[in-house]
Amino acid sequence: MELQTLTYLVVGATFALYIGIALWSRASSTGEFYVAGGHVHPVANGMATAADWMSAASFISMAGLIAFLGYDASVYLMGWTGGYVLLALLLAPYLRKFGKFTVPEFIGDRFDSRTARLVAVFCLIVASITYVIGQMKGVGVAFGRFLEVPFEVGVLVGMGIVFIYAVLGGMKGITYTQIAQYCVLIFAYTVPAIFISLNLTGHVLPQVGLGADMADGSGVSLLNRLDQVVTDLGFAAFTAQKSTDLNIFLLTASLMIGTAGLPHVIVRFFTVPKVADARSSAGWALVFIALLYTTAPAVGAMARLNLVETVQPGAVGAVDGNLVYAERPEWFRNWETTGLLGFEDKNGDGRIQYYNDADPGFAEQAQAHGWKGNEMVTVDRDIMVLANPEIAGLPDWVIALVAAGGLAAALSTAAGLLLAISSAVSHDLLKGMIAPNISERQELMASRLAMAGAILVAGYLGMNPPGFAAETVALAFGLAASSLFPALMMGIFSLRVNRAGAIAGMLAGVTVTVTYIVVFKGVFFIPGTELLDNTPDNWLLGISPEAFGAVGAVANFIVAWTVSRMTAPPPEHIRQLVENIRVPGGLPSGR
Amino acid sequence: MTESKENAVPAQDARHRAAAYWKANLRLVAGCLAVWFLVSYGFGILLADPLDRFHLGNYPLGFWFATQGSIYVFVVLIFFYAWRMNRLDRRFGVQEDDAPADRA
Repeated sequence: MELQTLTYLVVGATFALYIGIALWSRASSTGEFYVAGGHVHPVANGMATAADWMSAASFISMAGLIAFLGYDASVYLMGWTGGYVLLALLLAPYLRKFGKFTVPEFIGDRFDSRTARLVAVFCLIVASITYVIGQMKGVGVAFGRFLEVPFEVGVLVGMGIVFIYAVLGGMKGITYTQIAQYCVLIFAYTVPAIFISLNLTGHVLPQVGLGADMADGSGVSLLNRLDQVVTDLGFAAFTAQKSTDLNIFLLTASLMIGTAGLPHVIVRFFTVPKVADARSSAGWALVFIALLYTTAPAVGAMARLNLVETVQPGAVGAVDGNLVYAERPEWFRNWETTGLLGFEDKNGDGRIQYYNDADPGFAEQAQAHGWKGNEMVTVDRDIMVLANPEIAGLPDWVIALVAAGGLAAALSTAAGLLLAISSAVSHDLLKGMIAPNISERQELMASRLAMAGAILVAGYLGMNPPGFAAETVALAFGLAASSLFPALMMGIFSLRVNRAGAIAGMLAGVTVTVTYIVVFKGVFFIPGTELLDNTPDNWLLGISPEAFGAVGAVANFIVAWTVSRMTAPPPEHIRQLVENIRVPGGLPSGR
Repeated sequence: MTESKENAVPAQDARHRAAAYWKANLRLVAGCLAVWFLVSYGFGILLADPLDRFHLGNYPLGFWFATQGSIYVFVVLIFFYAWRMNRLDRRFGVQEDDAPADRA
């Protein structure tokens, strides 16, 4: 069967499954719409959380980052998993005990303040919308690449699918769809990885294969081989550290704290029946995430090795060491047509030279070989996952599966984000502030309308992405880390932090983080408006803008604590609220 | 839920017990976070260079912690915490009822 037809079949089958689930799991109350009625089994919730969390970025881009950054990309691996420890130990059980529907709702109740709730709503919406743009783009790209339909049509189809199950089913529909989406995406990710690991090392588990010897009988370890071939071409060694300790430390911290503070993840723990379930569910979520995250380093490393050894099959410097362009493999041609791989014969020898021409130390050697610059002018990081099955020579159905997996990853995350946005609008803004007297039926209708509106906005922004779309991930994590996480944590762990402290803290955290991002990335990320060039020399102590969320979080903690100390402690009923959420079964009575 | 249980406990006692429960929880959280910090920021970042002289399979040890080991430890940590907390809940008699309130 034609690959195209097969891809349509596999993707169509997954979509039919999602819609079937949507029809089966319609929400009939606000409780079902916001938190799936609080009836989700902890293991099921863990699986849904994993799909909710792992976006197009995790599925498609992360292995590519690892392939080219090597050790330095471990910030994403540690950052995006370590956050779940913070979530499980510091937030999830207590917020589940609190037992309401949204994250801003907790902040508003705990600090007895509409202003605090409003600041939280603002941070939630900005963080979630920046995040959802990327998912919609991912849907459009996946459609365009695998099904050869125009980008806009792809986004529209994606919007339609999400519309059906998110508007009908709310959190209930989203949860059960996400479980199906997790199964699709993890299968699509691990199957090619297993085959490639078998090819290169003879080990079934990629996690073991990455730390094993090459299967070619040379007795050389895979990591040593990779370090060798890339350094031979002037690139930095895969296992070597390139950035400073401080920057890696703070970037990891920002990603961890940001992960724990992202509302669309936190709210998933509102859906389990009990506090004890919230604790274990975070563990299950991480098990399901770890399946992909521990596979990703192997995928990245092995794909890089395959790529380099394809274009440099012989000795570096030998005339016949480089691949003849006319003899390039089929997958190379396929990806050239998408523009994600690009070749330019700079020295006119008809062979491909792929090396690091930015390294002055390697220039002399390159000149001696008659090389006139790196000829692989485009190597898009994303093809490390997308082209993996073809590079490994896997059957067509695996390629079709990768398309379905990428779509599952993008759609599941988009749905979770859209739910966070729509419940902030209908529950926090409308019911909480503007019209507190609306009935449950009216609120349910409002939340459906808000969801539909959010899908339209996300779709529009996906099709007309602001130029800064790719840059805004720093903003999403920065906001979550510097505003929401500290406010939530102090709300639970401190009896003393009060309204004034929390608001001042959140504003301080956001100001510090956003200012630093603006200085280096420009106002609204518009090129030319940045005050300083975004280079390590200009960074404060060498801290990149992406890593500054952790500094903002510290500022938030310090300001909130200081201001609270200088003002009156929270009233008695707040004290009771905090004491109550700290104990799963509630305080023994008689207070 | 609060009304149904422990009606016989005097107010003062209940407060003390809640405080003791919270203190035990904080100790456990602190211990778990120490391990969390050690395997990621410690072994994976700050001590990665000296650890890389040792190997696990062919993985340099620091590199292994940064890309694999820390994640495995995180998973174990969360389940360990959940297990110990559930035990703590029962010891202090603050576990939730088996039939949770319906929020639908």
